[in-house]
Amino acid sequence: MTLLYFAWVRERIGTGAEDLAIPPGVATVADLLAWLATRSPGHAAALADRTAIRVAVDEEFAAPDTALAGAREVAIFPPVTGG
Amino acid sequence: MITTRVQPEPFDTAAETALLTAGRHDIGALVTFTGLVRSDNELEALTLEHYPTMTARALATVANEAWARWPLLAGTIIHRHGRLLPGDPIVLVAIASAHRAPAFEAAEFLMDWLKTRAPFWKHDGAGWVAARAEDDAAAARWTLP
Repeated sequence: MTLLYFAWVRERIGTGAEDLAIPPGVATVADLLAWLATRSPGHAAALADRTAIRVAVDEEFAAPDTALAGAREVAIFPPVTGG
Repeated sequence: MITTRVQPEPFDTAAETALLTAGRHDIGALVTFTGLVRSDNELEALTLEHYPTMTARALATVANEAWARWPLLAGTIIHRHGRLLPGDPIVLVAIASAHRAPAFEAAEFLMDWLKTRAPFWKHDGAGWVAARAEDDAAAARWTLP
C-alpha cells in the first residue's frame, strides 16, 4: 500500500511517501493510524493528535472505521486550506 | 459543463470568461469569484502544497455536483499551487447561467466546498496556515457529503 503524507504530517514523518506491507489485523483507518504511530518517533509525533489529521483512502475522504480492504493509496494530512 | 484545472501558472480571468460566453446568447448571468493572496503580518509569500491526483478528481466531482444542482450553462474552476506572492490570484470560479440566482449560489457553493474539501495546504513562510472553523460552518450550509 502506498502511504502519502502532506504538510506538517510529511515534515514530522520525514518523507512524503512510502510503500508499506500492511500487517494482517490492520483492517480500518483507525487500525492503520495506530500501527503507523509505532513505526518511528516521527510517525508517532505526526499522529499524536488524531483530531488534527484527516485521511483519504484512494483519494476519497475516510473515517476512522473506513475499511482498508483493497485500498491502493492512503493519504494523511492536516485539515485542508485551499481556496 | 464546468471545466476544472489545477496549475502553477497565473490565469487570465478575462480570457477564461470570454471562453465561457463566446458565441452564446443564452447566458444572462456571469458570476466570477477570484481568491487572492492576502498579506497578514507582512507575509512574504504563500506556498500551496497539494495532492495532485485527489485534487483533480475532487474538483471534477464538485463541478459535476454543482452542474446537477443548479441550472447552469457553463463554468470554469482554476486553482493554482506553488509559491504565490501577496496580491496574486489563487483561485478562479466563473459560472454562467441564464439568470443570476443559480450563478451566485453555485459560485458560493463551489468556494465553500473548495475551502473545506480541496486538498491544498498553505504555508506562509513561518508555518502551516490553520483551517478556519468559519469555513466548515459555511460548507455545512449546503449539506455537503
